[in-house]
Amino acid sequence: MTTFQNDQDQIFTGSGTPLDGEEVVLSFDDVDVRFKTEFGSVHAVKGVDLRVRPGEVVALVGESGSGKSVTSMTAMRLLPRNARIGGVVNVAGKDVGRLSERTMRRLRGNDVAMVFQEPMTALNPVLTIGTQMVESMELHGVARGQAAVDRAVELLGMVGIPEPERQMAKYPHELSGGQRQRVVIAMAISCDPKVIIADEPTTALDVTVQADILDLLRSLKDKLNTGILLITHNMGVVADMADRVAVMFKGEIVERGTVEEVLLRPQHDYTKMLLGSVPRMGAGRGQMGISVREEVDETAPLAIELKNLVIEYQRLGKAPFRAVDDVSFTVRKGEIVGLVGESGSGKSTIGRCALGLIPAAGGEFRLLGEDITRMNRKQLKGLRKRIGVVFQDPAASLNPRLPIGDCIAEPMVVHGIGDRKSRQDKVYELLDAVQLPREVYNRYPHEVSGGQRQRICVARALTLDPELLVADEPTSALDVSVQARVLKIFSELQEQFGFACLFISHDLAVIDLLAHKVVVLQNGKVVEAGPREQIMENPQEEYTQRLIAAAPVPDPIEQGRRRRERHELLRAQGEEVVELHLDDPSAFRESISGEADTL
Amino acid sequence: MNDRPITPGDDRPDQDLPQEPGSGREGLSPIPAQQDKDAPQTETFSVEKQLDLSQKSYSQGQLVRRRFIRHRGAMVSLAVLIFITIFAFTSIGYGWIPGWWDKDYWRGGLNIDRGRPTLQLWPFSAGEHPFGQDNAGKDYFALTMRGTQRSLIVAFTVGLFSTILGTIIGAVAGYYRGWIESILMRITDLFIVIPALVLAAVFGKMANGGIWPLAFLLSVIGWTGLARLVRGEVLSLREREFVTAAEAIGTGSGRIIFKHILPNTIGTIIVSATLAIAATILTESALSFLGWGVRAPDTSLGLLISTYQNSFQSRPWLFWWPGMIILAIALAVNFLGDGLRDAFDPRQNRTAD
Repeated sequence: MTTFQNDQDQIFTGSGTPLDGEEVVLSFDDVDVRFKTEFGSVHAVKGVDLRVRPGEVVALVGESGSGKSVTSMTAMRLLPRNARIGGVVNVAGKDVGRLSERTMRRLRGNDVAMVFQEPMTALNPVLTIGTQMVESMELHGVARGQAAVDRAVELLGMVGIPEPERQMAKYPHELSGGQRQRVVIAMAISCDPKVIIADEPTTALDVTVQADILDLLRSLKDKLNTGILLITHNMGVVADMADRVAVMFKGEIVERGTVEEVLLRPQHDYTKMLLGSVPRMGAGRGQMGISVREEVDETAPLAIELKNLVIEYQRLGKAPFRAVDDVSFTVRKGEIVGLVGESGSGKSTIGRCALGLIPAAGGEFRLLGEDITRMNRKQLKGLRKRIGVVFQDPAASLNPRLPIGDCIAEPMVVHGIGDRKSRQDKVYELLDAVQLPREVYNRYPHEVSGGQRQRICVARALTLDPELLVADEPTSALDVSVQARVLKIFSELQEQFGFACLFISHDLAVIDLLAHKVVVLQNGKVVEAGPREQIMENPQEEYTQRLIAAAPVPDPIEQGRRRRERHELLRAQGEEVVELHLDDPSAFRESISGEADTL
Repeated sequence: MNDRPITPGDDRPDQDLPQEPGSGREGLSPIPAQQDKDAPQTETFSVEKQLDLSQKSYSQGQLVRRRFIRHRGAMVSLAVLIFITIFAFTSIGYGWIPGWWDKDYWRGGLNIDRGRPTLQLWPFSAGEHPFGQDNAGKDYFALTMRGTQRSLIVAFTVGLFSTILGTIIGAVAGYYRGWIESILMRITDLFIVIPALVLAAVFGKMANGGIWPLAFLLSVIGWTGLARLVRGEVLSLREREFVTAAEAIGTGSGRIIFKHILPNTIGTIIVSATLAIAATILTESALSFLGWGVRAPDTSLGLLISTYQNSFQSRPWLFWWPGMIILAIALAVNFLGDGLRDAFDPRQNRTAD
């Protein structure tokens, strides 16, 4: 049934929502949240209704500022004090708004548990994994003493952490990101909650690890019949996990329905726009109106030439850490080379070396024809004039104390180019090029949002008409719709200025969209390198295949097929498909001690 | 928009049912999703902040100033401090500039009524000697004003110089790291481990009663705290991407430190400077009280208290007037520092992204 709001805002009621009599573990009824701030009140959530059945994954999708995290926090009652909450939130049949603080503490963990985005900050860095797991169980009276320790070991084994007894004594920083997230999940299921709220559970993880964690969550809800409220901005994750989807925009749910309906036949303009902005794996060029000049002059001079480059980080009292090991590749003028790899692969290290910020320990690094490994300060400054750079975090890469115009003009000031008037003209020209109004010249970075800031960074990088641009994850901190716009501007400028570009990214779909050549890195070594078509469509190395298979696409049917293919690939490569190691859920339930507090 | 149950078959009618013209439903005609065509960049659904260019723009500095002006405690303290300063300097004048008070702080006279203060609040009248007279019959108001002047001069000079010294040493140590940092921070440690009062006493002796050398020497011991604070801030700021970006375009070290890093530590610096001023007032008083600071015939608030400590029982006003002024200045400057810290506190009102 389609309901109409008073105004032109159309909101669709999708199918698949629980009927009145059906059991729901989590329900939001007309939830409304306002925050009181210095400059008046902010209406963050405007009347949201949502229900989650046991064993069902409901995805709450939206971009930053849509209020999706705030909505989920109302279920835990963990919002800051300046929040005014209206409406009713029910967790396992209990009205969260009416519980005392004491009962609420017992509810958290027992009935509803949370999995956060960043496992490093969700775990206490000064306590061992074992202590933290035992603590949560003892607090909830699930198990005590040795029984709690045994159960913690069992839980760690269930989520697929090898040698759980040994890991119990480790500290969070000694585990990898994926293992930390497994520990967080193990803690979340330790009291057998009825519903888990997963707030961007895989955003901080690499794609292959993300796929593993999603596999784990999927088998968890199947085996334990837990309801999951999945909060994410990643449409691929939605397609992979969700049964039903609700799309949020500026505090309201604008569209809801089953995952197939919403992702394949979106009705609301916002959902369409959102889906249209997601670059798709395997779709190649021409998406979202982004075009790149295909032909690269094969005889053009080399902008970057790497021969057996080695970069080492010195460590106190230990052998130096080799971050980049024997890497060779070239970038021609006018060519975009995508440097792909997971965290720790050394891709950013190469980018920093290209900027002359890190010295090379061995090998050759020729930049625009000159060997930077043996250059003095002055020569390096002359070379830097010809290189532009864009970093990942738009919040950190502009000096908050400088007006935007000064930020963009800074390279000209440093290199003593032009006078006041000509600099200002150049800045206006660049602002036009990145499609920002000229009025922002005298504004400050905190007044504009992330994507606009990233466009300012692009403008700053192009101030001196560089021959080479190093872009280190330029869009990974941005929302998809914003990313689409930045990428479009970027590709247009590349076509216009014809600079060479080293494009560093972990997102294969973005690389697929832009790059001419792709270099895949793993642990500081080149796994595979070649033209885009070859790498993306016909990868030869196991690692590349796994990487491409792990990237989710925003199409539930296609993603289901890709998931099965990935599992086959993993088995063929002799790896294990991640799942919850639990054969008898009822035994797991019964093992909760009788002391466990019931509400 | 409610998550209410719908009967099967009735869901998503806009796809399955024919459109009814004029029913208000026709607006929902199913347009096939053009997912890979030209990006449907509908501006209406942008999550990006719409730039409101008609509104007045605030720089970080202006925002800080706004918050500061709204801080009542800081504003009152500022008023008190300005009042005391103006009062102290205009009343007896400074150097060859004459003031409006007709008595000199060095000229003795006859003690009238044991030098009791003639100040009367209701009905208000200052009388001949509003703060009373000391042993030698000198006008105590003129003396106190002179003491206040001296104390303020020392405090603000020390505040300024120790801040400059501490900032530069901290910034250089934090930015360059390596052996420069080691040397500078070991020197800082050296100054910290020697008790400040002992050092001040030695320096006070060397200053030989003059306030300018005293101020200079107190600055030399006052910079250590700030140097450590600034170094800490710089250590975290130098890892920020805007500093890396500045390095990458070939900006020199000096420009990075003074243009990119230090403006971002201004909050710490200002707060620390005000606290240093408050601490200096007390140190100077303590030194003068012990006899190592300002010496007669010149005077300072601490010296006044020390000179007349024995008269506390018999003529308490000789103690109270300079004591209250020390208290007022120290409190006002501390409150001012608090207000500034609140104004600079980044946890207040930052845009979310």
